[in-house]
Amino acid sequence: MLHNLSIGELADRLIKRQISSTELTQHFLGRIERLNPALNAMITLTQKQALADAAAADARLAAGERGPLLGIPLIHKDIFCTDGVKTSCGSRMLDNFVAPYDATVVARLKAAGTVMLGKSNMDEFAMGSSNETSYYGPVKNPWDTSKVPGGSSGGSAAATAARLTPFATGTDTGGSIRQPAALTGVTGLKPTYGRVSRYGMIAFASSLDQAGVFTRSAADAAAVLQAMAGFDPRDSTSVDVPVPDYSSDLSQPLKGMKIGLLREFFEGLEPRNAALLEDALNIYTGLGAETFQVSLPHLPLSVPTYYVVAPAECSSNLSRFDGVRYGYRCENPKDLMDLYKRSRGEGFGAEVKRRIMTGTYVLSAGYFDAYYLKAQKARRLITDDFRAAFAKVDLVIGPTTPTPAFDIGAKMDDPVLMYLNDIYTIGANLAGLPGVSVPCGFVDGLPMGLQLIGPHFAEAKLLNAAHQYQQATDWHTHTPRGYA
Amino acid sequence: MSDWEVVIGLEIHAQLATRSKIFSGSPTAYGAPPNTQADLVDLAYPGVLPVLNARAVQMAVKFGLAVGATVARRSVFARKNYFYPDLPKGYQISQYELPVVARGSLNIMLDDGAVKTVGITRAHLEEDAGKSLHEGLANASGIDLNRAGTPLLEIVSEPDMRSAKEAVAYMKKIHTLVRYLEICDGNMQEGSFRCDANVSVRPRGQEKFGTRAEIKNLNSFRFVEKAIQYEVARQVELIESGGKVVQETRLYDSDKDETRPMRSKEEANDYRYFPDPDLLPVEIDEPFIEAVRATLPELPDQKAARFARDFGLSPYDAGVLSASRELGAYFEAVVAGLSASQAKLAANWVMGELSGALNRDSVDIERSRIDPAQLTGLLNRIVDNTISGKIAKEVFEAMWSEGKAADAIIEAKGLRQITDAGAIESVIDAVIAANPKQLADYRSGKDKLFGFFVGQVMKATGGKANPAQLNDLLKAKLGGGNA
Repeated sequence: MLHNLSIGELADRLIKRQISSTELTQHFLGRIERLNPALNAMITLTQKQALADAAAADARLAAGERGPLLGIPLIHKDIFCTDGVKTSCGSRMLDNFVAPYDATVVARLKAAGTVMLGKSNMDEFAMGSSNETSYYGPVKNPWDTSKVPGGSSGGSAAATAARLTPFATGTDTGGSIRQPAALTGVTGLKPTYGRVSRYGMIAFASSLDQAGVFTRSAADAAAVLQAMAGFDPRDSTSVDVPVPDYSSDLSQPLKGMKIGLLREFFEGLEPRNAALLEDALNIYTGLGAETFQVSLPHLPLSVPTYYVVAPAECSSNLSRFDGVRYGYRCENPKDLMDLYKRSRGEGFGAEVKRRIMTGTYVLSAGYFDAYYLKAQKARRLITDDFRAAFAKVDLVIGPTTPTPAFDIGAKMDDPVLMYLNDIYTIGANLAGLPGVSVPCGFVDGLPMGLQLIGPHFAEAKLLNAAHQYQQATDWHTHTPRGYA
Repeated sequence: MSDWEVVIGLEIHAQLATRSKIFSGSPTAYGAPPNTQADLVDLAYPGVLPVLNARAVQMAVKFGLAVGATVARRSVFARKNYFYPDLPKGYQISQYELPVVARGSLNIMLDDGAVKTVGITRAHLEEDAGKSLHEGLANASGIDLNRAGTPLLEIVSEPDMRSAKEAVAYMKKIHTLVRYLEICDGNMQEGSFRCDANVSVRPRGQEKFGTRAEIKNLNSFRFVEKAIQYEVARQVELIESGGKVVQETRLYDSDKDETRPMRSKEEANDYRYFPDPDLLPVEIDEPFIEAVRATLPELPDQKAARFARDFGLSPYDAGVLSASRELGAYFEAVVAGLSASQAKLAANWVMGELSGALNRDSVDIERSRIDPAQLTGLLNRIVDNTISGKIAKEVFEAMWSEGKAADAIIEAKGLRQITDAGAIESVIDAVIAANPKQLADYRSGKDKLFGFFVGQVMKATGGKANPAQLNDLLKAKLGGGNA
């Protein structure tokens, strides 16, 4: 079936004119129509535009144009601004917001000839680990619809897992790509901070946010990253370093690759999770990689550090949502203060408010040094730990999440328990490092992820290691029942 | 009133003369219809990001070099968080802990001619806010974001000024400097150059500063002077009547000539400054600084010293003529057509008649109706005795209104000075013959009547008699007197 083909296979058939982009687009639109109601993975569908874009891609193909993504459908996380299309960020605040421009990620993928099927559900303003904070309701995990898909990019993850799209974009501030990828059994790549432009990506925590992608394989992720990556003069934090060919190194043998086992990740790991990782390490040693124990002594500080830095930045980033120029505005404001208070009070959900309040507190006079400055110091120590580790090994390896997908509603009353879900993913964000999660088996019939983290701009090496693992295993090909 | 010492520090906001805004590509031109010069970045749309305008950094560095300050190799933009409708992001991007310029100084000249050095604590880059519009809107306020994101250089002085006059002299000097450097147009009506004044008083001899009040948004030299004078009197009166000055922000009402409290420290915002994660630290290296240094023009103090040295002008005249680049250039162009010994004559005419006419008709010197070559033409006629200084003023006015050259006006109006001794003598003879009584009085010792005769001759010649010749000839004719 078309929806089980890789991006490379689809591109090949498009180029050979065995299928058209229009047929492909209709196929996925049909699946979304049929299967999404049970998942709630989508906020907006753009059928009409999709078919027009598919026709345009077909014309380009007919004219002899070639491209690895030309005519390939995709879904964008609803955090990316899309010109003329509602961009809600999962919030009531932006329920009425139609973006007047394309994010750089959207523009680049558009230029590559992709066809947007629609925009995916997400935790409100990307704040959440379960997709339950969305104004549009929770997304269901296609492996078990009583479970969460993870978050914040839960809609993109569920849609990719359910084969509603060949791939979907996401953003990762503390694990928002890797964690849902793990919980839905797909491949999720978070590039180096600065590798992909943040322009047009609605900011949660500017120093941590990074755009990435959900695919069903590392090879597909390489093809998509190729189109997304690169310096953008409109994002001062994007980095002007050359973009390598991510696909050319995929088949490199892993012989001699040094893989570090993060002691802090393996300590206290649930036995079945540990067993899956054991299997994965055996695969890697079988492929010729060498494993080493490495330690990041300050890594246990990452969750508290993150929950100071991210809320601090978000409290400021979300100040622009004031009911004045766009977005939600309360009815009949009495005066300016009333307009602010009620627009924000009614427009934001509980988790967003919690983080704005936390962030405002840690930046306040008298608390700034004790929280924000201390967190910056801890962040530096964690970054230095990673740097020291990468002096010894090429990549580090560990679990993506402590547990498989949990029940919808299970952690909503306990934010700290929810925050601990990101315990293995946050470190890479604090240090700005690239990370990838690939499926590595099942616990209780639910998928689990293996996480690889590399030095800055080592995406090619990460994808190489992930691809070789996927050549030796078939976990990434498993499809949730009913979606094959 | 006992002996109080006034302590003043100024925070001057100079709008930098960049073509586009500090963090967006929108134009900065003044006076466009509301919100036509605000793009998605200025409107703080979701997802947009700031990108620093390198020209603004160059201008800040230029200022730093001109006041002998340290240019920070690394400076950081921070967010100043507060809610206000004219601040679309809910924060202002400014520099807080690490400004681009620190520790400079500037010399000002006091009324007694003494020179005083005022310390400049820092100068930092920041963005301006928009404007709220309340007129013509029923039950609503409008927001104009054209000004939002306009680059500002905030120049913070040490509390070194001791009188309103000193504060004005300092502000004028900064005004002169930023225009010299071509980093700010200095237009105070349009708000391109404005200041906040921190004012306190203390008993003379006390080391500790008194509690200060900050007077916001003063946009003319006169308002700065009057607001400070009012504020000093208010504070002194308050203290002397047993009260205490509270630290607060005040607004100057120019209609009522008074300052009023705006908000007190207790209700002050906690701005929650933190480094802006959307912008990298500004790294400035030596080649960048040297490249900016190479663009520095001759500075006002350097120009004044050169005028005093090369043209023998007094420090006061040299200071006035170097107060703007344009005035200095005009003066130099006039002097170029004269001999060096006539520089004082040129200075007097540029500072006197010319400046008077420019002020009277509100004309910029670049658009003067008399250009430097024309003024030189006029002064040369004084030097070569074709006309007297007094007639020259009449010629000047005619040149100003008719736009013709001095010689043409002198010829047309027959203003050429009478230097023919015979002609002057015959007029003198006629005047003496017509005034026998005055002649007798003069000869009997009333010396003052000499002036009467001069006046009569001038009247008869239409003011054209050469004054020196007239003097000599008249003395000879009158004889007998003591003159």
